Amino acid sequence: MNFDALIPKIGVITDIRKDTHDVKTFRVVGTDGKKPFEHLPGQCAMLSVPGVGEAMFSITSSPTNREYMEFSIKKCGCVTDVLHSMEVGQQIAIRGPYGRNFPVEEEFKGKDLLFIAGGIGLAPLRSVINYVRHYRANYGKIVIVYGARSKDDLVDIDEIKNEWMKEVNTEVYLTIDRAQEGWEGNVGFVPAYVKEIGVDPSMTAVLCGPPVMIKFTLQGLLELGFEKSRVYTTLELRMKCGVGKCGRCNVGDKFVCKDGPVFRMDELDELPDEY
Amino acid sequence: MYRIKKTDLNALYAAIAKTSGLFIPIRRADEVNFAVWGEGKEVSLETLKTVKSPKNAFFPQTENMMKFKTEGKSVEVVDIRTEDKRPFVVFGVKACDVKAFEVLDRVFLAEPVDTFYQSRRNAITVVSLACSRPEESCFCTAFGIDPTAPEGDVTTWLDGEYLYWRANNQKGEALTEKLASLLEKCGEEAVEAQRSQTKEILKRLPLAALDLSRFKEENLNELFNDPRWAELSEACLGCGACTFVCPTCQCFDIRDFKTNSGVIRYRCWDSCMYSDFTLMAHGNSRTTQMQRYRQRFMHKLVYYPAQNGGLYSCVGCGRCVNKCPQNLNIVKVIKTLGGEKS
Ligand code: SF4
Ligand code: SF4
Ligand code: FES
Repeated sequence: MNFDALIPKIGVITDIRKDTHDVKTFRVVGTDGKKPFEHLPGQCAMLSVPGVGEAMFSITSSPTNREYMEFSIKKCGCVTDVLHSMEVGQQIAIRGPYGRNFPVEEEFKGKDLLFIAGGIGLAPLRSVINYVRHYRANYGKIVIVYGARSKDDLVDIDEIKNEWMKEVNTEVYLTIDRAQEGWEGNVGFVPAYVKEIGVDPSMTAVLCGPPVMIKFTLQGLLELGFEKSRVYTTLELRMKCGVGKCGRCNVGDKFVCKDGPVFRMDELDELPDEY
Repeated sequence: MYRIKKTDLNALYAAIAKTSGLFIPIRRADEVNFAVWGEGKEVSLETLKTVKSPKNAFFPQTENMMKFKTEGKSVEVVDIRTEDKRPFVVFGVKACDVKAFEVLDRVFLAEPVDTFYQSRRNAITVVSLACSRPEESCFCTAFGIDPTAPEGDVTTWLDGEYLYWRANNQKGEALTEKLASLLEKCGEEAVEAQRSQTKEILKRLPLAALDLSRFKEENLNELFNDPRWAELSEACLGCGACTFVCPTCQCFDIRDFKTNSGVIRYRCWDSCMYSDFTLMAHGNSRTTQMQRYRQRFMHKLVYYPAQNGGLYSCVGCGRCVNKCPQNLNIVKVIKTLGGEKS
């Protein structure tokens, strides 16, 4: 019998890290102890809990991680609630990879890169940031702007502090929405902070986060002189099949599961406003 | 070309059913739908439109996909598909519904191939039936479909005392060979005469002049933003009837069902007309019925053709015209946003 894209394989949760009050990062391998499948930065996987259902998540780990996959998941619905209650050793079902990746080889190579994330939006960006770090010599300057509600909502702050901040030719800017004891960094929303930092409009930018953040950050970038054709983001819509058949994630003549989740801002302009 | 007396059709059905399944329009409780043939069933080839389309021959309304066995922390995926699908003949498919198979094929057989659909599809021989009495709600010709010579592995025509039979490809010839003892060779005169008669009727149908020329990719955003969607969709109940009877509607849901011996994962038809279709834990991309109504028709007339070389995902069968409890339908959409040829 042929393999069918809708039939998952078994994944084993080998590690669970509590990042914030509502975000946990799950490490997943196949039953053979190896990575369930190969992927590219920005691609997604369908995780399922038998009896509860399936949901699509962006793969947080970089493809350069040869041992396992990681998913940073925010608790916000049936499947994620159950995932959050799981323990190490639990098996789940997993299928993928799905969707179009960030053009790390085709478009990003040799460019200065600006990554802007809000909240759980860091999850898809972590994959591409760590990919670019792995092949550091192939890319120009890296600027990372990451914001969250509070300092306790910054996901995997250890990696940011211990690795990203020490990376060559890399600047990391963190911000939180409201002042908080023990926080000496910037306070304020991401869009305003990006303008303050004064980023260079010749950079290639990648935005991920809540829709309002994306909207205002994009506005700010355009005012600074960025071109839409060099600004990327990811869309998130309800998905069921992941392979462009169930009709669920249709926007205009695109399926987010197949033609996305990565889109360039000028491509989004062509789509009807329904995402 | 071959023919068989109408009075001998029962023998033909029996012969087909000997070696394969036979799916044919059958009257039951005053409703004609495609169903599995058996001795004593009332076949109704004359019925112009079955209530539901024959798409469930290879895209059933519900279909079990796999089973999970769970024990403690472990999970096992059990493949519950059977190796070979029994061959099936779908008999009496009208031109619009045959075209709809192509519309579905392009979705399910595109990479990555949907093997659930494919295994059924491959096992099926399509015997189509030409229409000789199209009615007011028919508008297949607007989509370039010729109801007098439908596609399919075999094409048939009912005329006078006979059913005429023509194989169109190898699959069709293989079936013809099996039934050789029941079929007699004949000329094409009767069929040609019927075809030109039907064509005259087609010209006079009220919906013959629908103009689709505005429904193209370059007008996508203009059509999407047209303010008239509000009035077009105002009465829509979101009942989904139009999507369930439609031969080209393909949206499905995937769900889990707990049984005593494990969890069955199945898929079932779904409808973009339902309010929870796009509902996520943190929002919904279509919150109004206007948006959902617009999605259904934009998909059929603009999005799908943009993805599939201009092929529309409506075949003009008119089922949604007949079945909508609110009298809404794709024809009103085409007339309002597209206009009619003068
Ligand atoms: S949209 Fe209506 S007329 Fe068109 S194929 Fe579907 S049911 Fe038939
Ligand atoms: S258009 Fe008619 S049939 Fe379709 S969902 Fe609305 S009310 Fe129901
Ligand atoms: S999730 Fe099914 S079409 Fe995209």
